[in-house]
Amino acid sequence: MTLFKEPDLGTPAPPEGAPPVAVEVDGLPVTVPEGTSVLRAAALAGVEIPKLCATDSLDAFGSCRLCLVEIDGRRGTPASCTTPVAAGMQVRTQSSKLEKLRQGVMELYISDHPLDCLTCPANGDCELQDMAGVVGLRQVRYGYEGANHLDLEIDHSNPYFDFDPSKCISCSRCVRACGEVQGTFALTIEGRGFESKVSAGAGELFADSECVSCGACVAACPTSTLQEKSVVDLGIPNRTVKTTCAYCGVGCSFKAELRGDELVRMVPDKDGGANEGHACVKGRFAFGYATHPDRVLSPMIREKITDEWREVDWDTAITYVADKMREIQSSHGPGAIGGITSSRCTNEDVYVVQKMVRAAFGNNNVDTCARVCHSPTGYGLKQTFGESAGTQDFRSVAKSDVIVVIGANPTDGHPVFASRMKRRLREGAKLVVIDPRRIDLVRSPHIEAEYHLPVAPGTNVALVNALAHVVVTEDLVDREFVDARCEDFEAWAEFIAQPQNSPEATEEITGIPAQDVRAVARMYATGGNAAIYYGLGVTEHSQGSTMVMGMANLAMATGNIGRDGVGVNPLRGQNNVQGSCDMGSFPHELPGYRHVSDDAVREVFENLWQRPLIPEPGLRIPNMFDSALDGSFRGLYVQGEDIAQSDPNTGHVDAALRSLDLLVVQDLFINETAKLAHVFLPGTSFLEKDGTFTNAERRINRVRPVMAPMTGKHEWQIPCEIAQAMGYDMSYDDPSEIMEEIASLTPTFTGVSFEKLDKLGSVQWPCNTEAPEGTPIMHVDEFVRGKGKFITTTFVPTNERSTRKFPLILTTGRILSQYNVGAQTRRTHNVHWHKEDVLEIHPHDAEVRGIDDGSEVTITSRTGETMLRAVISDRMPTGVVYTTFHYPLSGANVVTTDNSDWATNCPEYKVTAVQVMLGSRAANGVSSEATAHAASSDEGVER
Amino acid sequence: MSTSPVMKLADDIAAQFRHYPPRAAAASIANHIRQFWDPRMCSQLKTQVAEDGADCDPNVIAAIQLLNATER
Repeated sequence: MTLFKEPDLGTPAPPEGAPPVAVEVDGLPVTVPEGTSVLRAAALAGVEIPKLCATDSLDAFGSCRLCLVEIDGRRGTPASCTTPVAAGMQVRTQSSKLEKLRQGVMELYISDHPLDCLTCPANGDCELQDMAGVVGLRQVRYGYEGANHLDLEIDHSNPYFDFDPSKCISCSRCVRACGEVQGTFALTIEGRGFESKVSAGAGELFADSECVSCGACVAACPTSTLQEKSVVDLGIPNRTVKTTCAYCGVGCSFKAELRGDELVRMVPDKDGGANEGHACVKGRFAFGYATHPDRVLSPMIREKITDEWREVDWDTAITYVADKMREIQSSHGPGAIGGITSSRCTNEDVYVVQKMVRAAFGNNNVDTCARVCHSPTGYGLKQTFGESAGTQDFRSVAKSDVIVVIGANPTDGHPVFASRMKRRLREGAKLVVIDPRRIDLVRSPHIEAEYHLPVAPGTNVALVNALAHVVVTEDLVDREFVDARCEDFEAWAEFIAQPQNSPEATEEITGIPAQDVRAVARMYATGGNAAIYYGLGVTEHSQGSTMVMGMANLAMATGNIGRDGVGVNPLRGQNNVQGSCDMGSFPHELPGYRHVSDDAVREVFENLWQRPLIPEPGLRIPNMFDSALDGSFRGLYVQGEDIAQSDPNTGHVDAALRSLDLLVVQDLFINETAKLAHVFLPGTSFLEKDGTFTNAERRINRVRPVMAPMTGKHEWQIPCEIAQAMGYDMSYDDPSEIMEEIASLTPTFTGVSFEKLDKLGSVQWPCNTEAPEGTPIMHVDEFVRGKGKFITTTFVPTNERSTRKFPLILTTGRILSQYNVGAQTRRTHNVHWHKEDVLEIHPHDAEVRGIDDGSEVTITSRTGETMLRAVISDRMPTGVVYTTFHYPLSGANVVTTDNSDWATNCPEYKVTAVQVMLGSRAANGVSSEATAHAASSDEGVER
Repeated sequence: MSTSPVMKLADDIAAQFRHYPPRAAAASIANHIRQFWDPRMCSQLKTQVAEDGADCDPNVIAAIQLLNATER
């Protein structure tokens, strides 16, 4: 489409449910909800009132004095942005008086503005320029010689946008966007009167300030004061492709804006259901990896992993893979091969991989990277509620009164959702943070958690049991909800009321004072709508699944399920981790989470696929590694996942991958896994994909191609061609046909089609006859399984304990600017904010080891050793250290163990007993395993 | 006791159901293995249990007996 500009109605819509009010604007009748501004009512009536400081993503400010109107019966010329409508109001937006006033205002603005429109990067996309035309400005009587701001210097420090204060009109839109939309409050207006100017922090450069580079200020700026460098370099874009971000599980909608075929910028889509016009530094700016020179664009093969790669054409590569896979099967049995799907690929890409495995390989050896993140969510929520997905839409948080964040760091991991959450917290909702580390959310501008419970790593279940114990023993149970909606409550209540689950008994285990646990339980049960949001700090434990069930029990016992503002909400890590699970990527489930042992379900698939299907589960990723080492598993196809870097106990993974007869990697770059592969099949970035992603709120969004596949082939075509080369007919003309097949086989998707998504923008599954436009909130009248099931959750300590030899517990996480193993973000300017992974350590733990801030330290666990630079931080509790895993060199997973969740095999990344010692690589005279592992790492950074 | 991957996993599963009565615990373990384990892992566990005998968690042994019984 040509460049798409959403209408700007000037001020936000008033809260839902307000009674209607009828007014007339320039004689045009319009009915709007009470609380609507005159400016917005006029826009809805089709009358555009000139404005500069007003925009509908921000509260009215009333500073520019351009949106003045006349109202019958009222004196003066009120600003229409700050004047709410009243019944029967008669508004005039045009008169000679208003014209003169507006021209006077514009004259003053322009008298202190560079007259460089023809060479300005925003020429043609500037509201100041537009308004000068709209108000009919023809002259500036004051001249341009007086005091002005025209010589102020441009701040180029941010890698993605420039700040040119000479073009600023002090409308405060950027300052307000930073506060109201993003919630960071990094910007301010410094000085008074004529000296007023926008400032990042206390007069700092943008790059040195608290700015998180979300781009909200850039989007809000009506001039070229805050301008993307890409627009400065390439010019104003002239066409738009609406698509979906490929970073975290929030799944933001974007307008990819191009100039010809060149992508100029990504602008968050105001119509996007997940993000409603907001974005973060990754989605907004960090897309340069898609065209990075490190991309491999041709298939490559080699007999042995010590051989040089040999470029081949697609047909040769496909035939090679198919022949080798068949050879392995004939020598070692049909179960000797398998595949791994990717949460970075579309639903359609993923669906065809699991179909290839099940129908062409003839087994269930398919798994997905959700195995190492949210597989316990799928298990726990399926057991208790009946569906492997979160219960709410993101909007729901606006109705929460108590927000409990457990094992998640939303401001870093899910920043756009965090902004929604922070807005609600600023409105007065109470916050509880349960996390060993004092994450930013605990105390940030205008937000302070009521309680931060720094739970000891590995003891979540003891804590959730203690919370439930208080609910049950202090008679805080919502009996009406439990009696009507749930089953097995009495047995659970009897278990949870046992003394070993009391806050007093668990205090020593969790490290949380009993009175705090009691206070939080009371707040959660009685504080109104209470919602749980959680992340990998819940799932990546030996009792990850148990903890998910424990949270579900707590929500059911207090009736916090089935309406706005409540629920149990996983903050999913990757853009399509929900979708990859929905598509049947687990070895025990067909698409739609139906067990492979269900004869009726299998028959439906067998009829369409024309192949018999195996009724027993296949191998999960860790089982694939174990089976590779015992020789029963010998061929693996990996779609877009760097298991050699991201999976725990790297030494074990490395040995398993080296033992394979055939490792096929389909990816953008030669990642750590590809270094051990025999075949490399180049994949496509999200900018080339055509399909759908499903985010953490079950929202299915379209991913539309911004450019043709740089590899000459869509990713979904590759498994289809391998299957065909193996003798199984599997072909589609278009990805919409794949979605049609998914819809025909999956009850929760029967109403989904590309056509519907193009019409509605997005839908949240279940989307079927009962819910043709989707289901924002689940389990409203009944649970998917009928009755919600209480399940007893006994606390079992992890096998991973701190000892004299390994006295500290290492836990892991990620930061705002980088994404998972960093394959994408390390190849963008985001390295500006994070050039290396570091080890955060409490001052006391550092002092007793002689470690200073910035010291190089050696981290040793039972499985391996690596080295990092130390950062001394009192956000850590004593006894716990923390790192991220964005760089191969950091080797976080060299030291993590192969302990895993009992139910799902999800690795226990969050608990590794370690020792930390002062020592540089040179001083210790050792070459760490991580260094060795990453020695051949060849990724470059886009500069 | 052996710490092979399948035995370690079986022990981890058994620990979760230790607060159940033995028969219910064995049934839960057997059901979990049936629903989530590849048959080759199940065979490996049966072999391990047969070899290690008395060293194994009694609920795991009982679960294996249940799995054997349903296969007959």
